[in-house]
Amino acid sequence: MYEEKNHKHENRFHYKQRNMWTGILFGLGVVAFIDEVIFHQLLHWHHFYDKSTANIGLVSDGLFHAFSFFATIGSAFLLADLHRRHGFWLKRWLGGIFLGAGVFQLYDGIIQHKFMKLHQIRYHVDILPYDLVWNILAAILIVIGIILLFQTTQKAR
Amino acid sequence: MHSHEAHIQNFFTFGQQILAFPFFIALIFYIVAVIVSNQHKKQWSHYRTSCWIVGCVSALVTLIGPLASLIHVNFVAHMIGHLLLGMLAPLLMVLAAPMTLLLRTLPVNTARTLSRIIRSPYFRFVRHPIIASTLNVGGLWLLYTTPLFNMMHEHLLLYIFIHLHIFLAGYVFTIAFIYIDPTPHPHSYVFRSIILLVALAAHSILAKYIYAYPPQHVIATQAELGAKIMYYGGDAIEMIIVYILFYHWFKSARNFKAAISSHSNYSNEPRF
Repeated sequence: MYEEKNHKHENRFHYKQRNMWTGILFGLGVVAFIDEVIFHQLLHWHHFYDKSTANIGLVSDGLFHAFSFFATIGSAFLLADLHRRHGFWLKRWLGGIFLGAGVFQLYDGIIQHKFMKLHQIRYHVDILPYDLVWNILAAILIVIGIILLFQTTQKAR
Repeated sequence: MHSHEAHIQNFFTFGQQILAFPFFIALIFYIVAVIVSNQHKKQWSHYRTSCWIVGCVSALVTLIGPLASLIHVNFVAHMIGHLLLGMLAPLLMVLAAPMTLLLRTLPVNTARTLSRIIRSPYFRFVRHPIIASTLNVGGLWLLYTTPLFNMMHEHLLLYIFIHLHIFLAGYVFTIAFIYIDPTPHPHSYVFRSIILLVALAAHSILAKYIYAYPPQHVIATQAELGAKIMYYGGDAIEMIIVYILFYHWFKSARNFKAAISSHSNYSNEPRF
């Protein structure tokens, strides 16, 4: 049933949850990847390992690092599968991406930067504006994601 | 003092030759098996044969030759060796499907005995994702966070045992997550994904730990570079494993309808 094109509209309701989770995974993976490439490797604002006292930092960073590439590869396959089943729902998928990206950025900004003091966004500058931009941006991403997901929850529009 | 070091050096050259021997044998046996079985079965894929050759070679370069002698004195070289012997060689050799080749080459009765051995409780236990991950990543934690790393360079038997373990644990780890050869007791994709994720995280955490706390007698700069090689090089190989795991899921998910109608055909491949 789900492999026929004319059922496309119903299919996306059928795969509603999967559209959302695929987006969340992709959002998490991509933001973690961007963080690592831009801030760690290109700008050198913060590094591989900044603080040699917080052991918990090692654990959380390692877990998120593994998760970032796992999520990116996994969500690409989940997305391909949704397309194959004609159940892809762009708006809901985007909602998932915004939510996943925002949650990761907020986690990074609050837990990793502030609670664990694993590393800061940048050193030898006034950190407050950076932190504000970082976390407000994260909150905006989350709000956009939630709005998009809410709009795609109702079955009849 | 100098002659003592030379003595140790010779000692380990001997150990390395012992370790290299099985890989030479494996390389020759595989090629012979391909030639023999090609005579009465359809052509064995060249892709698999090349995987086996490259896999054996990457294990061999860590055991004999210039890199092998550097490994004793240089932690960076040691880490490159770890990636080649413990991760790349096992992955490539798994992709070469040696069991499938063996089963189709051996006479039917011997092949049956072999497949009975593969199905035994022992192999079932060892290739359980959690056990395989503990053997593999847990073993590495033990090696790099205890005096074991130093002891390894002083006792020949320990040296041989640890190197064998690193390769075998890497192999068992790979077959616990990606099913290329016949797999008697498969685990679901979700379960394998979760355990794989934890194992990969434990590997990157260990790399960072080495960066921050170098093993005894390892110079800090070498430990830092070695840790980075372990971290990023490990990523590259782990990404291939994750990719194959999801690719298999993707293929099996397409057969969803077919699998329901002919329930026995795909029973080997659990669904997401």
